[in-house]
Amino acid sequence: MSMPFYVSPEQAMKDKADYARKGISRGRSVVVLQYADGILFVADNPSRALHKISEIYDRIAFAAVGKYNEFENLRQQGVRYADVNGYMYDRRDVTARGLANAYATALGTVFTEMNKPYEVEIVVAEVGVDVASDQIYRLTFDGSVADEQGYVAMGGQVDQVAAALKERFEEGLPLARALGVGVHALEQQDADRHLEAGQLEVAVLDRNRDHRLFRRLPAARIEQLLQEAGLEAPAEPEADESEDEGPSAE
Amino acid sequence: MTSQGSTPGRPPGAFASQSPSSFTEFLSAHSPNMLPGNRELPAGTATGEHFPHGTTIVTVTFPGGVVMGGDRRATAGNMIAQRDIEKVFRADEYSAIAIAGTAGIGIEVVRLFQVELEHYEKMEGRTLSLEGKANRLATMVRGNLGMAMQGLVVVPLFAGYDEERDAGRIFSYDAAGGRYEEHEFYSIGSGSVFARGALKKLFRRDLSEEEAVIASIQALYDAADDDSATGGPDLTRRIFPVVSVVTADGYRRLPDDGVGALVETVVESRMQSPGGPTAPLR
Repeated sequence: MSMPFYVSPEQAMKDKADYARKGISRGRSVVVLQYADGILFVADNPSRALHKISEIYDRIAFAAVGKYNEFENLRQQGVRYADVNGYMYDRRDVTARGLANAYATALGTVFTEMNKPYEVEIVVAEVGVDVASDQIYRLTFDGSVADEQGYVAMGGQVDQVAAALKERFEEGLPLARALGVGVHALEQQDADRHLEAGQLEVAVLDRNRDHRLFRRLPAARIEQLLQEAGLEAPAEPEADESEDEGPSAE
Repeated sequence: MTSQGSTPGRPPGAFASQSPSSFTEFLSAHSPNMLPGNRELPAGTATGEHFPHGTTIVTVTFPGGVVMGGDRRATAGNMIAQRDIEKVFRADEYSAIAIAGTAGIGIEVVRLFQVELEHYEKMEGRTLSLEGKANRLATMVRGNLGMAMQGLVVVPLFAGYDEERDAGRIFSYDAAGGRYEEHEFYSIGSGSVFARGALKKLFRRDLSEEEAVIASIQALYDAADDDSATGGPDLTRRIFPVVSVVTADGYRRLPDDGVGALVETVVESRMQSPGGPTAPLR
């Protein structure tokens, strides 16, 4: 019997992390940002059936990038977690913080105990009564949690997307402008990327609704909002590439 | 989320198991004690009448929807246990559920049913068909059979808007879980005999939504007139029946002011003719 090679724990963890990062960076991006009436989710996802953005509970939604079967599994567990807690206690007692903790534990366990880590990154967001009480948690493949303010970008080419968000994001944007900012950020994934309404998956947690606040926007509504955003966008001092490509959305 | 029962490739514990999209099935696998029908009862005497009972529910269809109404009384034996109980609930966006019988178990069944429908919708990304919902409810009522045998009977009434037919539909149940589709109108609970008699004379196929609401209020009035367990409209405390409407626009509980105004017209007309509207003999 041959002796297995010794691999130091540091090396094993590093290999797993590299593996997971590589998997995530192959996918397309998702951005989550706060707007005047709640939280907006925008995904570069042409599929009408396989969602990257989903409802978890009354005020809580979920967005993910990476391997579909892995984050779909996490989503279903999240729905179960939320529904069991809401049934056992009260609907108000289901919180994004509790859910983020549950996800962190699950992801952390998978990362340390399984050979293959999950190649996913997820956001759990809860809309509050006002902008200040909104909560956005970002969870990575190893189970670490970050409490984000304002906006989050995940997925492939995340640096460019996040940089574009940082540049254009403002607090309390109306829905159309916020969508414009999100789509512009997603277009920075590639030099010549232009996203039409049909290639986008868009949903909101709208604090002005009743009961279940999650709502998906149909393609026609996305189109209309993008047109509004194009009209309202403040004139840019320096013309950048995406603006040049954008006349069809105006 | 314990680490027991982990499956390779999945996070450990209850958080992970691959069960169907049914919330009830999931609970029965992981926390069976949380389900209404799963409790051990001491063998022996029936105890049902010591607990509050919900009484009369009526439901009336009209073209494009259905109205469901319930009185506000809960009784425990000869006592009025509560005078403003609510027995008509939103099941989901396009359906309503009401209960008669042991109120405690009934309200628990309703809560479970509401979560069941929403859970399915979130897991599958689509809503159940109206018949699918009605069948789910039948299974849940059947789960309560053991308790029903010991006197803790609860019977729901389910009504909803069927998108395919553009019509309201009604489903009634028995304690054994039998599911029966009812047509035009129906009533359950202790005063149901009188309410159904009233509806038989008041129902027409071309009722408007408001007329269907008035017919429900009249039927509840007749039930309260002859059944001591059914509460009539309480004009002094302004407690009126709960009336909900389900149409293509979704579930809507009518505001108390609106129902109150209609109840006042009904009571006013009963001042002249205590038996209510009369039907032509021929």
